Amino acid sequence: MQFMLLFSRQGKLRLQKWYVPLSDKEKKKITRELVQTVLARKPKMCSFLEWRDLKIVYKRYASLYFCCAIEDQDNELITLEIIHRYVELLDKYFGSVCELDIIFNFEKAYFILDEFLLGGEVQETSKKNVLKAIEQADLLQEEMVYIRRQAVSTEGKYDQIQEIVVSYFYLQKVKMQTTEFKVDVF
Amino acid sequence: MMKECMVRLIYCEMLGYDASFGYIHAIKLAQQGNLLEKRVGYLAVSLFLHESHELLLLLVNTVVKDLQSTNLVEACMALTVVSQIFPREMIPAVLPLIEDKLQHSKEIIRRKAVLALYKFHLIAPNQVQHIHIKFRKALCDRDVGVMAASLHIYLRMIKENSSGYKDLTGSFVTILKQVVGGKLPVDFNYHSVPAPWLQIQLLRILGLLGKDDQRTSELMYDVLDESLRRAELNHNVTYAILFECVHTVYSIYPKAELLEKAAKCIGKFVLSPKINLKYLGLKALTYVVQQDPSLALQHQITIIECLDHPDPMIKREVLGEYSYLLDKEKPEEVISRLYKLLRNQSVSSETKAWLIAAVTKLTARAQASDTVERLIEEFSASLDTCMRQHAFELKHLHENVAVMRSLLPVSKSCEDMVVDASLSFLDGYVAEGLSQGAAPYKPHHQRQEEKLSQEKVLNFEPYGLSFSSSGFTGRQSPAGISLGSDVSGNSAETGLKEANGLKLEGVKKLWGKEGYLPRKESAAGQEVEAPPGAPGISASENLDRVAARRTQAQALTQSKEEKEKQLLASSLFVGLGSESAISLLGKADTVSHKFRRKSKVKEAKSGEASSAHNLTCSSLDSLSNTACEDNAYLTTLQDGEDAKSKDFPLSSELSDSESLSELPLAEKLSDFSLSAPSLFADSDMEIFQPLSSAAASVTTDTTSASCFLEETTEDTCSGCVEVCSDETVSVSSYKLWKDDCLLMVWSVSSKSGSEVKGANLDIFPAQNFKISKHPGCCLPVTEAGSTRNFQYSLQMEKSFTEENLSGFVNYQMVDTHSVQLEFSVNLSLLDFIRPLKISTEDFGKLWLSFANDVKQNIKISESQAALPSALKTLQQKLRLHVVDIQGDEGLLACRLLPSTSSLLHCRVHGDGLALWFRSSCPALLDYLSCQCQKAMEGS
Repeated sequence: MQFMLLFSRQGKLRLQKWYVPLSDKEKKKITRELVQTVLARKPKMCSFLEWRDLKIVYKRYASLYFCCAIEDQDNELITLEIIHRYVELLDKYFGSVCELDIIFNFEKAYFILDEFLLGGEVQETSKKNVLKAIEQADLLQEEMVYIRRQAVSTEGKYDQIQEIVVSYFYLQKVKMQTTEFKVDVF
Repeated sequence: MMKECMVRLIYCEMLGYDASFGYIHAIKLAQQGNLLEKRVGYLAVSLFLHESHELLLLLVNTVVKDLQSTNLVEACMALTVVSQIFPREMIPAVLPLIEDKLQHSKEIIRRKAVLALYKFHLIAPNQVQHIHIKFRKALCDRDVGVMAASLHIYLRMIKENSSGYKDLTGSFVTILKQVVGGKLPVDFNYHSVPAPWLQIQLLRILGLLGKDDQRTSELMYDVLDESLRRAELNHNVTYAILFECVHTVYSIYPKAELLEKAAKCIGKFVLSPKINLKYLGLKALTYVVQQDPSLALQHQITIIECLDHPDPMIKREVLGEYSYLLDKEKPEEVISRLYKLLRNQSVSSETKAWLIAAVTKLTARAQASDTVERLIEEFSASLDTCMRQHAFELKHLHENVAVMRSLLPVSKSCEDMVVDASLSFLDGYVAEGLSQGAAPYKPHHQRQEEKLSQEKVLNFEPYGLSFSSSGFTGRQSPAGISLGSDVSGNSAETGLKEANGLKLEGVKKLWGKEGYLPRKESAAGQEVEAPPGAPGISASENLDRVAARRTQAQALTQSKEEKEKQLLASSLFVGLGSESAISLLGKADTVSHKFRRKSKVKEAKSGEASSAHNLTCSSLDSLSNTACEDNAYLTTLQDGEDAKSKDFPLSSELSDSESLSELPLAEKLSDFSLSAPSLFADSDMEIFQPLSSAAASVTTDTTSASCFLEETTEDTCSGCVEVCSDETVSVSSYKLWKDDCLLMVWSVSSKSGSEVKGANLDIFPAQNFKISKHPGCCLPVTEAGSTRNFQYSLQMEKSFTEENLSGFVNYQMVDTHSVQLEFSVNLSLLDFIRPLKISTEDFGKLWLSFANDVKQNIKISESQAALPSALKTLQQKLRLHVVDIQGDEGLLACRLLPSTSSLLHCRVHGDGLALWFRSSCPALLDYLSCQCQKAMEGS
């Protein structure tokens, strides 16, 4: 895959991932052209386009267009399924994902994409494994936040500490249930 | 904090702003940050930089450190970034570390290591040559993911040199057999198809290995046969596998039995009502035809039918390839069909060019046809240059049948002919033109660039030398110094130009390290003129003469050049409108970004936790919604039958309704959580429309009678209120919430039913309002003799919360003395609040642009627990517009006349309602939150 673009029905870019080195100018030009071309297509038309020397595969989910550029010998249909799988992943992660989720948490959307596609190739096809990897990274992050807060609040009020300790243990419990990951943050 | 800034910077860059000043900070964040920040830092680096960016060198040490870390997450992050961008010359620094990772105990690390090596193989194949043996180990890895990752490397290597890997054919076949046989863990199933990505990858590898090699091909016949047989489920992903399988069957050494089966499969594609499959089927036919034209003949009718298809992509596929294969149908018939299409207004000019090309091909076989002549006549005068050119070509060929026959031989595809792509035979003509002083041809993009740079030059000159040098070179220098010192002079300048944003572009052409560069670039541009190309000349010259000289060449190079020309033409027209769309993203957006994100993210996080409980409502909604839609389709189906347009609408409707319902269903089956994926259900957004339509009817402009009635009945407080009276008259008032002002109507009516004479109404001036008499009557109430209406429009000048508006009424009694009655009405700020109808997206943007916010928690009673009812209360009582509802969150918007807007985000949790207001005006926020509380408690 050469690149992946997410844009809204209004033509606003929501996510871009480039797997080939291009200049900013070129990227902007491609984005502009593609967004216009895809938005001009009618719903009954097929999801594939021949564009320059690439093949464009796009699909619309609600107000968002997912658009991938693949090379000539790549399989269009499986690319559609890649898009679909990505949407499934987003959906599972955000819980009934909508465009706003992606706008406000677009870095999360990138993290998920990076666990699913790496360097333009499918990295992991198991939905479970992808989500596990994301969860682990998220979990570690939250733990860090809690530990830091704990350290700060030892000088603070007692009930705050209580709350933090409780939530920390809750996290620990969750972690034990969901991962068999070795954590060596401490 | 830095992390938040970085996230925002990424966003800014996506919006098209120059974020290059922050690149170094992204690297720093990855270097020094804690885990949390490191992750964002790495992400930013991978999004900002490209492989050959100098700053990337600064990352190498960090990557090495993280690769050595015992923390899995750190190692994962490092491997992820390495697999995306890594400077080629620094590969040796990390290579041993990554090789070690191939033996790591965790499969995720092994998998990422394999992919990192794949990346290295792509950018520097000779550096990883020595580890080929380790790739084999990865291929045999016990984890499916690692094995699948190694296939990427093998596919690439086999593509480069298939003969070196023939010995692996057996292994690949075995793996594919296991996959097809369902031996993999269920995790890898995708919609109950075993590991489709893996299958396709393997099929592609087999196709490459078996090409022109009978012995190797024989090894795979069995498994291919099985693949074709197994893929029977009617899901897109099975078709994907089938398509790849067919491709493989046709690229390896042929076996008749398999070919036949594959051909049958293509039939499934071509005949499918789904447009995507049809398209691919037609595509597949192109390589099938090369082996066996008779197969295409089977599908001739379908192919011809495709001509009437609404999608130009399909038509093009049909036209480009199959015009020759028509045996049964007479060419004349087809031509007339094409002619009909050509005259259709809706067909794009691009498609028309294809159409006329197809006609040209067919004309070679049809004897003199009226249609062709008519067509030539019509399109020779076409406004479209391309069309005109094609028409001329056709005309000349048509006149000279012998030439045509030789150019377009029957039953041969054009690909076999030798084409002089550089058009060298035209060189003489071009030289002649140049010597006569014609401007040399420049490709479109170059012309565009030159035009741009010229404009820039003009713009910057008036500023004078000293001024611009201090201003711009100063700004540019930090980047210039830190960037590559080994790159010299002009090339560094252009490199910078690429990396930086738009605005500096023009300046750099004037200024370099040595000072003023007098138009070096454009001079260089002149020298590097493109080779003589045809399209440019034709525009300026006498068309007829050119056409005569060029027809032959054109006809020959048709298929290739046409495509390019089409692209050129389309890119010409495409680029224009979008500029404005981008600038719509406005400056406010980026500024606002700096402040407001953090809390939102927190909110979202806690939202995630609670959303699980509250999903049921929305998912039920969307379920019933799909059901409704199915019904709708059923009715359209029947309609279709009634109208006797059987084939087309029917099948397409069918396919549509299928694809709509199929997704949510499949999803529901696979996981039992009730969350109806909102992105799946296309119509999700519209579910809540009934709610907001109520609001819409309230706010519609009240010029029509019905509107007013609706309004007064719906809003009790705007009903008629008696403000004062005496024994003969009573004065009552209405409030009319007009879109741009508050309209106050006082009606003076006589109790006895007799005429009110000489009635006059005056309002005391109030400091907060601008009061003006409203002309015209927008009340449907008949102004009979017994009633007089007075209308005043009120505009707020100063903000207030509560205010009395008082005035007096004069009227004449029968016995001619006048009576004065005083009255007063109470106005609240609420009277100046109107719904703000915006889209969810605009809401998001506006939200970020507001600097003030207020949060509030309101306890709500059981009856309101459902979000929609709470929102309805707010909508009715405060006149807020419901923008969107997502799960347990709702968005509302309103504006305070004349133009201060305020947004509200509310979320239900347990028995409370968390409200979060934002606005540019802090006073409005407090007022709104107070009112909301009142409204919720009051109900």
